[in-house]
Amino acid sequence: MSHPLYFFHGADWAVPRPAPGTFAVWRRNFLVWRKLMGPSLLFNFGEPLLYLLGLGFGLGRFVGEVEGLSYIAFLASGLLASSSMNTATFEGLYSVYTRMVPQQTYDGMLATPVDVDDIVLGEMLWCATKGLISSTAILLVAVGLGALHGWQLLLCLPAFYLTGLCFAGPALVVSSVSKSYDFFAYYVTLAITPMYIFCGVFYPTGALPAFAQSFVSLLPLTHAVALIRPLASGGVPADILLHITVLSFYALAGFYLAVVLVRRRLIQ
Amino acid sequence: MQNLDLVIEASGLEKSFSGRAAVCGINLRVPRSGCFGLLGPNGAGKTTTLRMVLGQCRLSGGELRVLGQPMPAAKKSVRARIGVVPQLDNLDPDFTVLENLFVYAAYFGLRRAQVAQRARELLALVELSDRAGTRIGELSGGMKRRLSIARSLINDPEVLILDEPTTGLDPQVRHLIWTRLRGLKREGKTLILTTHYMEEAERLCDRIVIMDHGRIIAEGAPRDLIRQHSEPDVIEVQGAPAELEQRLMALDGGRVERVGETLYFHTGSARNAVALLEPVPDITYLHRPANLEDVFLKLTGRDLRE
Ligand SMILES: Nc1ncnc2c1ncn2[C@@H]1O[C@H](COP(=O)(O)OP(=O)(O)OP(=O)(O)O)[C@@H](O)[C@H]1O
Ligand SMILES: [Mg+2]
Repeated sequence: MSHPLYFFHGADWAVPRPAPGTFAVWRRNFLVWRKLMGPSLLFNFGEPLLYLLGLGFGLGRFVGEVEGLSYIAFLASGLLASSSMNTATFEGLYSVYTRMVPQQTYDGMLATPVDVDDIVLGEMLWCATKGLISSTAILLVAVGLGALHGWQLLLCLPAFYLTGLCFAGPALVVSSVSKSYDFFAYYVTLAITPMYIFCGVFYPTGALPAFAQSFVSLLPLTHAVALIRPLASGGVPADILLHITVLSFYALAGFYLAVVLVRRRLIQ
Repeated sequence: MQNLDLVIEASGLEKSFSGRAAVCGINLRVPRSGCFGLLGPNGAGKTTTLRMVLGQCRLSGGELRVLGQPMPAAKKSVRARIGVVPQLDNLDPDFTVLENLFVYAAYFGLRRAQVAQRARELLALVELSDRAGTRIGELSGGMKRRLSIARSLINDPEVLILDEPTTGLDPQVRHLIWTRLRGLKREGKTLILTTHYMEEAERLCDRIVIMDHGRIIAEGAPRDLIRQHSEPDVIEVQGAPAELEQRLMALDGGRVERVGETLYFHTGSARNAVALLEPVPDITYLHRPANLEDVFLKLTGRDLRE
């Protein structure tokens, strides 16, 4: 592990060519999720309800309006983005690692026409699906509380999915080079939690010092928030193409890197 | 030249893991139909060879064709026609027994409706019909192995690769598995099997290859290998004094081997040896025909591996 490019030693950089097996991988995860749908959905709906009631109304009374939105609407629209991030990330870390290492699920798949490219894409699509489910749950809670409204909210759904994809790739990359679950602490503490705190979920990034603002503007969650918040509050996102491009870039780069690294891990 | 009657055709097949050789340039030809055994001590390279055959492991050198197609380029279409029972079970713990078959079928692009009938038949074949709704974690080792075999047949494969299918199983399960494997052989499927049980290889395999340290050291039908590499009879003697060992060695056409307290006398004329041993007091002896295990131990030695 001494060399900085150790993880890529002997890697296969061939362009990924996912096939219909991708869908079988996605569907496997969906079937497992469906079995445990009850507790899973309770979590998806219960947690944002607590956040929005507690922070949105509670903190909102002191904060008042932020960028022309009631604090609860501001917070809800930020959580829509961070929830896709967190959910896709945790699925891509813990669940994917569990299937890859202790359960050897992928080894089973690799005895069938399903190959690494299909596994990685299928898992990414699934991580994004879970992100979509959790953000949609928040959206419904926010609508129920009267914080958000309007038909335009439907435009958020593809943005949730894109945000999920954007974070699924890097999570799979981390899983594929991890020796144990403990390794995830680095990624979560050094990448995910800072984004959650600094990328505009709880307050506008304009509140940060100038140097921090330019750094934060490179991070994907900033773009997810900047895309989703206006869509959720009836406006048109400024620089919409930029945000979509950045999120797509992270998704594609993450996918390619994850394919290369998972190949190296599974096909020695 | 590619030969369509060969399931596996490997020449100079090599694999090393970070510089350590696991398979050292083997030539392997597995004919279609019948049962082919891959034997060898722990670490001989059997699993690594099979993983290359399935495209689960990259080649370090050599050429490999499976079902007439080049590997690993054709791995997807090759795997579609093969069933695999891996050395370590990797059943899906998030599903029940029957669901495992359906989910696995989906990896082959087979829908639930297409395989519903077949899945039930396969569970009956391995006598797990009454466990269809059981979760994997609640199955015993023998049940998991049987389910792995059922799962490997869900795509109705032409070739079945079984990596130590009966290791750690009780005699009842082993006999059930042997019966089923013979049935599959009769249906015309090609079986490729690894095992550490020599009597299993002798019973099931038409041809075997013995590997050691990544190389093939013997190849042929079990009977032929026994004929070629071993005298026809073995007499195992317990508690033989050194003086008796000398007298056995003096008989012609024999080979004496001492392992701890046991003397193995390999011979073509057991009658003379028995005549010699019969009157000796305080020893016990067993006279039996030579078997594949004798050949295996002779060729691979008695030292422990790894
Ligand atoms: N993924 C791997 N990384 C490093 N070395 C490996 C790997 N897989 C196998 N080896 C090594 O390759 C050699 C051959 O292993 P292999 O598993 O093919 O043996 P085997 O004949 O199947 O043994 P067994 O009867 O114990 O299953 C061993 O020395 C093993 O340590
Ligand atoms: Mg093995």
